[in-house]
Amino acid sequence: MEQTISKYAVDEQGYYGKFGGAFIPEMLYPNVEELKEKYLDIIYAPEFQEAFHGLLKDYVGRPTPLYFASRLSEKHGAKIYLKREDLCHTGAHKVNNTVGQILLAQRLGKKKIIAETGAGQHGVATATVCALMGMECIVYMGEVDMARQRPNVERMRILGAEVRPAKSGSRTLKDATNEAMRHWINNPNETHYIIGSVVGPHPYPDMVARFQSVISEEMREQLLLKEGTETPDYVVACVGGGSNAAGAFYHFLDEPEVQLVAVEAAGHGVDSGKSAATTALGRDGVLHGSRTILMQTEDGQVVEPHSISAGLDYPGIGPLHAHLFDSKRGIFLNATDEEAMVAGVELSRLEGIIPAIESAHAIAALGKLTFKPYDVVVLNLSGRGDKDLETYIKWGGY
Amino acid sequence: MSEIIEANRIDTLFTERADHILSMYFTAGYPNLGDTRKIMKALQDGGADVIEVGIPFSDPVADGPTIQKSNQQALENGMNMKLLFDQLEGMRSEIDIPVLLMGYFNPVMQYGLEKFCAKCQEIGIDGLILPDLPVYEYRKFYKEIFTKYGLHNIYLITPQTSEERIKEIDDHTEGFIYMVSSASTTGAKGAVSEVQEAYFARIQMLRLKNPRLIGFGISNNETFERACRYASGAIIGSAFIDLLEKSDNMEADIKQFVKGIKGN
Ligand SMILES: Cc1ncc(COP(=O)(O)O)c(C=O)c1O
Repeated sequence: MEQTISKYAVDEQGYYGKFGGAFIPEMLYPNVEELKEKYLDIIYAPEFQEAFHGLLKDYVGRPTPLYFASRLSEKHGAKIYLKREDLCHTGAHKVNNTVGQILLAQRLGKKKIIAETGAGQHGVATATVCALMGMECIVYMGEVDMARQRPNVERMRILGAEVRPAKSGSRTLKDATNEAMRHWINNPNETHYIIGSVVGPHPYPDMVARFQSVISEEMREQLLLKEGTETPDYVVACVGGGSNAAGAFYHFLDEPEVQLVAVEAAGHGVDSGKSAATTALGRDGVLHGSRTILMQTEDGQVVEPHSISAGLDYPGIGPLHAHLFDSKRGIFLNATDEEAMVAGVELSRLEGIIPAIESAHAIAALGKLTFKPYDVVVLNLSGRGDKDLETYIKWGGY
Repeated sequence: MSEIIEANRIDTLFTERADHILSMYFTAGYPNLGDTRKIMKALQDGGADVIEVGIPFSDPVADGPTIQKSNQQALENGMNMKLLFDQLEGMRSEIDIPVLLMGYFNPVMQYGLEKFCAKCQEIGIDGLILPDLPVYEYRKFYKEIFTKYGLHNIYLITPQTSEERIKEIDDHTEGFIYMVSSASTTGAKGAVSEVQEAYFARIQMLRLKNPRLIGFGISNNETFERACRYASGAIIGSAFIDLLEKSDNMEADIKQFVKGIKGN
């Protein structure tokens, strides 16, 4: 991990263009300010880098393979590579961030960890590193998500974490985030909040993006070996809050010839009233500490999103992505529940890989892009489908 | 600027009196959509010194269960910014005490900040409390507009706020400083703890330029009096929301509640 200066990087005050900032109540200020003052010095200390990369290698299993998916390539008429984040320990990219943040929390002298989770992947990844480091862990999860991601709830409990249901609002990821923030307000000392995506007040979006940037760092090295060039024509990733996409895009942001494709969840369809396609439906607003694009009513009330995948069921996106959308650096597409499920089965049948339903949204978007046969496409396969078996079974279309 | 700006009612209040100021918070649209003016009038008649009208929001992260619930109920009842302004229109014919609007930043931003501030001035609002609009963002982007429309922006401090930052906030304060009584979300608590009193005393010793009101966890005459030893007064929210939820004779109950807090 190197310190790079990109024109898409966050500025001193925590802004990406007009998005970002730290819109937090004063009660959270000391903790967020401490983080802001210290995070770069801590994470770029050689000792930290050694510990971080050591754990990524020996514990997480990095580098993850860059796999040439020949049958998928044949179907879509391009050279498609899968970045196999699904092979990370715990089954998704989320652990890259939690390994980084737990090491950071230790260096801040924190003793307890809280987190929010949607699909449960971030919760599991947090519970995992807390077990590894012997730290107390509380994970907030919406009641609705607890029901649809049961196995992950039990995994967290086996790992020794306490899972607390978020019972307000839509009882999904947004509400779990509210509860985690309230917990931090009530317990400001000794507690670190491990946010699971590139959302929240500055410096979280930047910090999480840096920890996830290992994804695109590896992609470049692997592409050089396989294709003789470090840069693909397309990078495709799904976006809930946007951490796997931020990691996959990170080292390509300043190369405009690399098309960055972000795929949001359209739910029952963008105009169905049951969707989570933030850039298609949202407007400039403020939620969870940052100014970003937000699904909301005319009156500024946050709209309850819908997606079949709990990890994409969020009414906002990280401020970096809002900026990529606004500046047209990114291409923003979306896929419906049905399209994602079909694509998930397609990948299972073509490549023998059952993807997480979040990642299946990225696969579904392949059919919406027009490729030339020699185009090199890297699809970030953010997670595996084990946690989603119940959803696949209930859907049944296989 | 050549026009004569009327003194802000908050400043007038604190110039005239520096103790036992009671500020009362309620959520607009709760318990019933049309209660706003009735509640305000009863608060004033009962002896409240300041009224904070809460603008409901879908995601009130700084609030505990009581105010979360009132926000949700108010939204379900159909409260929105436009309706709230309609309800407050003409309030100055019957309300003389300072009135603040309190809420989260997003609904204000969506209404349009300048339009919002202009409307506040037109109606006779004296200040705003927007807990998720931090000092830096306020000064850099919004202060000019607030000032143009004669609105005070109230800052919060907490037990975790550093002395350095408190002094900085004191230098930029308009009206009064909102002292959050403990590291917590809003919510009524039984008593004021020793730790809290030590914090109140510590802040008192700083001899700040601005008056302070203590809020979060103040709920009855005892906690109000305790707060008044260390500050110009206190703010009550959740305990009052609890009362509104239970009351079936609102005007009388409100007056009695306020009198009870003030101990007269
Ligand atoms: C496998 C997988 N992919 C993607 C996401 C969405 O998160 P993000 O957009 O931060 O990558 C999640 C979230 O839970 C996930 O589990």
